[in-house]
Amino acid sequence: MKKNKTFNMRKLVIRILLLIATVIFVYPILWNVIASFKTNEEVLESPWSLPAVPQFDNFVRAFTEASMGEYILNSFFVTALSMFFLLLLVIPTAHAISRFDFRGRKLLHNFYMAGLFIQPVYIMVPLFLLMNNLHMLDNRLWLSLVYAASALPFSIYLLAGFMKSIPKEYEQAASIDGCGYFLTLVKIIVPLARPGILTVIIFNFFTFWNEYALALVLMTTDEKKTIPIGLANLMEVQRFATDWGALFAGLVLVLIPTITLYALTQKKLTEGMSMGGLKG
Amino acid sequence: MEKKQRSGFILFCIMPTLVIFSIFVVYPVSMVFYKSLFQSSGFGGNEIFVGFENFIYLFSDKTFLISLKNTGFLMLVVPVISLTLALIFASVLSFGQLREKAVYRTIFFFPSILSFVVIGILWSFIYHPNMGIVNDLLTFMGLEEFTMTWLGERSTVLWAIALVLVWQSTGYYMVMYLAGMDGVPKELYEAASIDGANSFVQFTKITIPMLWEIIRVTIIFSINGVLNISFVIVTVMTAGGPNNASEVALTYMYEQAFNNANFGYAMAIAVVVFSFSIILALISNRLTERDIQ
Repeated sequence: MKKNKTFNMRKLVIRILLLIATVIFVYPILWNVIASFKTNEEVLESPWSLPAVPQFDNFVRAFTEASMGEYILNSFFVTALSMFFLLLLVIPTAHAISRFDFRGRKLLHNFYMAGLFIQPVYIMVPLFLLMNNLHMLDNRLWLSLVYAASALPFSIYLLAGFMKSIPKEYEQAASIDGCGYFLTLVKIIVPLARPGILTVIIFNFFTFWNEYALALVLMTTDEKKTIPIGLANLMEVQRFATDWGALFAGLVLVLIPTITLYALTQKKLTEGMSMGGLKG
Repeated sequence: MEKKQRSGFILFCIMPTLVIFSIFVVYPVSMVFYKSLFQSSGFGGNEIFVGFENFIYLFSDKTFLISLKNTGFLMLVVPVISLTLALIFASVLSFGQLREKAVYRTIFFFPSILSFVVIGILWSFIYHPNMGIVNDLLTFMGLEEFTMTWLGERSTVLWAIALVLVWQSTGYYMVMYLAGMDGVPKELYEAASIDGANSFVQFTKITIPMLWEIIRVTIIFSINGVLNISFVIVTVMTAGGPNNASEVALTYMYEQAFNNANFGYAMAIAVVVFSFSIILALISNRLTERDIQ
């Protein structure tokens, strides 16, 4: 009986500590959402108070004056296009690496794995010079291709790992039925690898949607910039001309797709972590 | 015929990807090393081969040395704190037998999918001297004399940034550890429990050794991750200020390249930072090497 009591006591302490941690993790987001409905004076007043009247006008100004709408459209466009390029590039390579034995297979795999250590920030300077020489700067299409290329190592790692687990019998059956290599890939492997492909899409959505360093140096015209750049600029401007409301509304707008996707996929995402992230 | 078709298909699968990857990743990486040996200011044309002069100059460049020191500080402090916290949270969630385990996992993981820019902006306001919650809380607790401009003081700015990086990454590593802990056979704990080992002993004698390989991987991941995120966070939150007190190596690299057009010098910085992080990873790998048997 007594033992049971100390056990419950311990659970209570754990729960309290976890709740405090939860507040620390959630507070900034919650505060952001509340502040996006406040007037400037209310924002300055106290970080605790609620807005007297919700200022939906903040969101209107985020669109009209801070051109958040354009940035968001650019971001959607770049994210979608990057994803298209990435899938086009990663599926065949992951297929070859995981389902075929050929000379140099191991080397190719290790080559991409070494790429895991190359962060985009390292190569932003030479990439800028390269794109400048090729006249590819300030172009959403090429930016997307660069994004897809820089996402390759991690995506190959995830997808090749997943494809390895598909039983060989499927291909043998297909080849008996007279399916060529290409048709086998498109008709058999891709549908079977759907969960793996989905994991690749989810992880990279966040990467592409949030990317900052490369967009900062590769895009120059304001109308073509993506939302992280737009927000950072807005933050810079707000230091002088105070329209906090529009800034916070802008932040909420970026968070909406992120939170939506996370709510829909968080289980898959945390499972994906154990699928790819561990077997280094 | 069959064989030819097979090789053709393999080439068709791997070549386009390899070409794109080589142009946009491999070539720039090799350029970083090659161009670090040149003095190149501006675009094309006027490049002078200077050998290792950029590197020699780097180590007498005060701002660079400060930025390297700051980067090193973050690379040590952030992994230590966030991995320790992640391990503690993971084991509490894994063994606490709480029904709401999945909820906490979802919440703690959340910051790691947020845009670094959004995180930087939000935390600038949390640290804000007038309207930030940190000072507000201190005032509320009657500790008014401790309130300060967290991002404006040389003594606090780096710790303030380190805390943001910890906040961002702890949940990510926690989820990795949780996945690892689910793979540890429960019988081990039962046996230890019968032998009278308390939970702390179980944690140090079972959990940590069983997760050791994962811990080693996460140390390297997080050292590497600090470089990337610190660039964005510092750019957004402090721009390296006050007085370079929060300058990190990659923000300095950016300034040299895009504000001063010192491209060769900037790439020398990238080479040093890259080597620095590889050396740190090797040291950590060496220190954590252990016979599991």
